[in-house]
Amino acid sequence: MELFTPDFGLVFWMFVAFAVLFLVLYKWGWPVILKSIESRADLIDKGVEYAQNAKEQLEHAREQSDKYLAEARMKQADMLREADKMKTQIIEEARAAAQVEAQKVMDAAKTAIEQERKEAELQFRNEVSSFALDIAAKVVRTQLNDEKEQSRLVGTLLDEMEKQN
Amino acid sequence: MHILRFMKNTILILMMFVIAAVMPVRISASASGDEGKVNPKEIIFEHLGDGYGWEVPFNHHKRIPLPVILFGKDGFHCFMSSKVAHGAVYKDGDATFKIAGEDSPYKGKVVQIMPDGSEYKPWDISITKNVCALFITVLLVIWSVIAVARWHVRMGYKAPRKFVGALEALIAFIYDGVIKPTLGDRAMKFAPYLLSVFFLILYLNLLGLIVVFPGGANLTGNIAVTLVLSVFTFLLTNVLGTKHYWKEVFWPDVPLWLKFPLPIMPLIELFGVFTKPAALTVRLFANMMGGHMIVIVLTLLIFIFAAMGPVVTGATTVVSVAFSIFMLLIDVLVSFIQAYVFTMLSTLFISFGQERGHEHDHAKGETEVQAVATSAK
Repeated sequence: MELFTPDFGLVFWMFVAFAVLFLVLYKWGWPVILKSIESRADLIDKGVEYAQNAKEQLEHAREQSDKYLAEARMKQADMLREADKMKTQIIEEARAAAQVEAQKVMDAAKTAIEQERKEAELQFRNEVSSFALDIAAKVVRTQLNDEKEQSRLVGTLLDEMEKQN
Repeated sequence: MHILRFMKNTILILMMFVIAAVMPVRISASASGDEGKVNPKEIIFEHLGDGYGWEVPFNHHKRIPLPVILFGKDGFHCFMSSKVAHGAVYKDGDATFKIAGEDSPYKGKVVQIMPDGSEYKPWDISITKNVCALFITVLLVIWSVIAVARWHVRMGYKAPRKFVGALEALIAFIYDGVIKPTLGDRAMKFAPYLLSVFFLILYLNLLGLIVVFPGGANLTGNIAVTLVLSVFTFLLTNVLGTKHYWKEVFWPDVPLWLKFPLPIMPLIELFGVFTKPAALTVRLFANMMGGHMIVIVLTLLIFIFAAMGPVVTGATTVVSVAFSIFMLLIDVLVSFIQAYVFTMLSTLFISFGQERGHEHDHAKGETEVQAVATSAK
């Protein structure tokens, strides 16, 4: 059977052709392709990893920023509340101080008025007494000769006046 | 709309079937046996075998002439195959050449006719149809692989598309799927050989299925081609084999009585060293030749049944064309599978030669099971 006996010419040329094919591809074909496929796979792996990391970091950063924002908001609210409290307190204090001051002023005014009144009263009394004495002296001079009797009468009158007040 | 188009297609196909069935009737009516009887055996072997010229479609006599290179008794001779076509005798200097006839032991080969009339078979390294197809295929493989390599150099890390992408997918399939898992850290060392083998066989197989010029040569179904490839695998396995591999051959891990007075196991192992490449040779050759043969036989059925009248011929035509198309499609699949299997077995055999001591024993057991499973196929 000629099919089962290898033909010398074809064996020879197959050997040559395959050797040429192998050497050419060994030099310029396969190593280049395999290496660059490998390095591209590495690159893709690295890229995916990088992207994942970046995504994670982004998520982390977002979380952080959310946290900071919430904190800031809380602080703001606290501060507002504090300020409100302080404001009312200050107003309250001011009001109290003003009241005290006003009381003081009023008290001072009261004492001054009292003093004044007392002084005025004293003066008034003195003046009234001297007027009365003068009047009485003028009135009584003529009626009373007895000087003793006269002064007693005046004294009684004055006492009565005082009692009336 | 869809139904209409579907009906149109169906009618078209039916009409084609009818034409296919009726055509032989007309032909048999017009040409009533002027070519004589068909000789299926001859046609089959002509198609499976080699030739000094390359057939042209639709013409039985014309051949594309190819150079014939011979080393006869008196040195080199080189002439075009058209000089010896159709039984012509060619005189090149003192030597006379012709293609040996039916009764000669060198039937179909170019022989030198000695002065005494006897035939002498010279050393024949002609660029025959098979050799020419081989060259074309090798150039195609080189061109496509270099194209991928050049693309990588030029485009760097871009994603490959179209042709380069398809080839790269195949390369990655073989390298990552077969070579790397089997050979491990030595994958890079043997990958150029194994990938070259894979792509050469794949291209040869696929071109063999194309009927006209650049294809049509039954190369992987030729034992010379598969023999050379398995000799390369054999050499790589044994020349680069490790100490452990040779120890496994000559002093395997079996009870002493199996190897000491009578070296039974070493003999079996040594025999295995040679049967492995032999199996490699035969399985690719037989698979591809079988595929080609079935397609040719199915086609020839038409002509064999032509003798039985037009109606039978018509029916046979439809059936055998349908079957040959089916077989050709299967052969496309087989082309890929056979290239894959050859590469995988070569990888396995080479990996046996790369065994490195006992830590690999478990892995070896696994790969052997795999090898048995695939060779059973």
